[in-house]
Amino acid sequence: MKYAYSFLAVLALVVFAWLGSKIPGMQYLFGVAIPYLAIMIFLGGFVYRVVYWAKSPVPFSIPTTCGQGKSLDFIKQDKLDCPTKTSEVVARMFLEIFAFRSLFRNTKSEIHEGPKITYESSKWLWLFALIFHYSFLVVVIRHMRLFLNPVPEWLQFLDFMDAGAVLQIGSPLFYASSAGLVLGVVLLFGRRLVNRQVRYISLLNDYFPLFLIFGIASTGMLMRYVLRDNIDIITIKELLVGLVTLSPVISAKIGSIFYIHVFLVSTLLVYFPFSKLMHMGGVFMSPTRNMANDSRAKRHINPWNDPTIKPHSYAGYEDEFREFMVDAGIPVEKELPPKADEEQG
Amino acid sequence: MALAKLEQLSKSVVQGPSLATGAQPAKDWMDTPAIFKEGNFAYPAKVEKVEYLNSQDGLNFPNAREWSPDEDDWKLPDGWEKTILDGIKERLDKFRSLKIFMDCCVRCGACADKCHFFLGTGDPKNMPVLRAELLRSVYRNDFTLAGKLLGKMAGGREMTIGVLKEWFMYSYQCTECRRCSVFCPYGIDTAEVTMMLRELLHLVGVGINWILEPASNSNRTGNHMGLQPHTFKDNVDFLAEDVETLTGVKINHSFNRKGAEVLFITPSADVFAEPGLYTAMGYLALFEQIGLDYTWSTYASEGGNFGLFTNNELMKKLNAKMYAEAKRLGVKYIIGGECGHMWRVVHQYMDTMNGPADFMEVPKSPITGTVFENARSSKMIHISEFTADLIKHGKIKLDPSRNAHVMPTYHDSCNPARAMGLMDEPRYILDHVVPKWVEMPENTIREQTFCCGSGTGLNTDEIMELRMRAGLPRANAVKHVIDKHDVNMLSCVCAIDRATLTSLMDYWNPGCGVCGLSELVGNALVMDNEKRAMGYGADGTESELPDGLRTMV
Repeated sequence: MKYAYSFLAVLALVVFAWLGSKIPGMQYLFGVAIPYLAIMIFLGGFVYRVVYWAKSPVPFSIPTTCGQGKSLDFIKQDKLDCPTKTSEVVARMFLEIFAFRSLFRNTKSEIHEGPKITYESSKWLWLFALIFHYSFLVVVIRHMRLFLNPVPEWLQFLDFMDAGAVLQIGSPLFYASSAGLVLGVVLLFGRRLVNRQVRYISLLNDYFPLFLIFGIASTGMLMRYVLRDNIDIITIKELLVGLVTLSPVISAKIGSIFYIHVFLVSTLLVYFPFSKLMHMGGVFMSPTRNMANDSRAKRHINPWNDPTIKPHSYAGYEDEFREFMVDAGIPVEKELPPKADEEQG
Repeated sequence: MALAKLEQLSKSVVQGPSLATGAQPAKDWMDTPAIFKEGNFAYPAKVEKVEYLNSQDGLNFPNAREWSPDEDDWKLPDGWEKTILDGIKERLDKFRSLKIFMDCCVRCGACADKCHFFLGTGDPKNMPVLRAELLRSVYRNDFTLAGKLLGKMAGGREMTIGVLKEWFMYSYQCTECRRCSVFCPYGIDTAEVTMMLRELLHLVGVGINWILEPASNSNRTGNHMGLQPHTFKDNVDFLAEDVETLTGVKINHSFNRKGAEVLFITPSADVFAEPGLYTAMGYLALFEQIGLDYTWSTYASEGGNFGLFTNNELMKKLNAKMYAEAKRLGVKYIIGGECGHMWRVVHQYMDTMNGPADFMEVPKSPITGTVFENARSSKMIHISEFTADLIKHGKIKLDPSRNAHVMPTYHDSCNPARAMGLMDEPRYILDHVVPKWVEMPENTIREQTFCCGSGTGLNTDEIMELRMRAGLPRANAVKHVIDKHDVNMLSCVCAIDRATLTSLMDYWNPGCGVCGLSELVGNALVMDNEKRAMGYGADGTESELPDGLRTMV
């Protein structure tokens, strides 16, 4: 029922923004005040979280080595999966962040009669994640055209390619990224329901952002492809460029669907720094991935290393076992004291 | 508790209703308490062991007492909840990894079926993600804004005795093998989480004897087995005599000798019990043949480090003996024997904790002249690196046909594979010491290797069924090559493996032996002036060392 709660929460947000934006005078709240606040919380929260992480040291060098390390000349190092140089670490991180390389390794285990366990390559999660994240990225970048005047050429080109990726005529042109984002969300949600393990581990915190992003994508698409009469793109752009230049102007010509969309986006921005969505920042800072495997070649420093922790001393050890050691012919630092009975004799 | 019969367990892992076999648990994991009964927990640490450790400088092992996990009252100290929460806070401030791993998990489930404990038990809380959620839920509740505001809605849980019991159960059903971290898109390493859980549990006096007893032995006598100096020497002397009996070559070895070029440290299990003994005999034969100027130490007579399985302080304290002894004896560098978790400590922790080892020299093989740049700072090299280099330069004569009686496969130990990147040196050696060997399936070797199921101090008999379950993925891959290629020997570079895989093979794949790589090197080694003993092989005919170093004469 966790997904039902999440769905209802997002529905409540939609209704709130819909009704709220109908109240005269409230457009300013939903179109200007809340977005500003959301952006500030997002930026502040994001920075806070990254600083919070960075304040703790990385006391030990703990890369997960996923290939042969650098050792002897004739043993071939796996530079990507077991990097020693910074450039190799950067390459590993690049593929991790931009190609989700670890997910590409994914396998599915099954236990058969025998018993016999099999491991099959399973790239669905990798594929769904790629579709989702890249579509989302393109959608976000594409939206920059609404905030920038004039629109830079590279952005126009991206826009053209995004629409051109789907063969079509007529207007409005349909974006491939719109479809990709919705598809990505649906696939990731479906996987949470269908995969029994993932279903069992999923929390409210996992369904909520999916519904929220689905809400954002669907209101955005409704605005672009369906409820166009309600929407005046010129006034919207005026408002958004105004937001960026800190001189926002609200026009009565903007329909509720826009405010709902913006309110959901604001919610996402506020939610982001306090949630698992921070994996976006965290992936850069994971010590098992972003460290070089050179801990025997270069000394890694632990700022809280406690120099007062000493081994049980050799002297203490020899004191306890000296007699046995001497008897066994093991060299000692201090010879045995002359035996008392010998002295007497 | 008697160990389940093979047939029963074979059925149970396939047909038992578990998340691994297709059943969906009816209750949410937060509403499913950990229930202890004889057989599913390792025995708590003995009072005198905890008291001894607590009395040592720099260590904190409070609340020594008689207690048992299957009793309701764990006799925790007053205010233990605060001790735990303060402990979490302290560790968040000390380890960035903990913060990142607590905050970034998206519960994608990529790790879920990667854990050998999950595959063998089907227990949902053995999915790495849920093992981490056991701690993460408390972290959320007390250390995040969302958790403080929304509590359970945000996946938060209060720290209760029930949670603590779960921590104990599942941090001791994890061998810190890091297989899940290979598959995690953020590299979340359950080994880190388990280490933190175990550290926190020790703060309130919850620990197991099979870890704390070896650790206290190691502190006092120098090794886990508790061998006192003369006994340790006797054991090695016996092995040297055995090598002489078998090869006709007298072994010249020494103990605690100042001025030796190399200090050699290996897990004490290698001089204590089969089949590790044969690995130690391999070391002795190899070093004798090349005339290495080296010494054993009775003070630093343990390569392994059970401190790794308790807390940072104890790990550091035990490990510190290596450098202390190297300094006292004035050696140039250290060679380490075959061991898994030992190499996790030596490779990723030692130099940081107890370095800099600037009183030694960069390791340089006296035989080949090779300088081991990869150990430039730590001054400690792995026996496989050393041996592979000897082979490459043709400095030892090897006759693979002397290993004709074995058909090995190779088990990558978790730590050398995933916390060091030592994968191809052992394979290079194998290529030169046996006529033929085969790999297990690709999803079960190298960085995807499966744990023996009994690492991190879980090699104790009272949890044998758990161990056999957790070792199933490993055993199953071995069975695959037994059926296909008539494999009869599982080779490895880990002392815990040599003990645990033996139990595992006896249970799942009877007839398959377990050996250290250096045993195979010793078997194949052609020594100067050798006069090899005759013995009877499996086929009843008499020949020179038909079973290598295991030959009975």
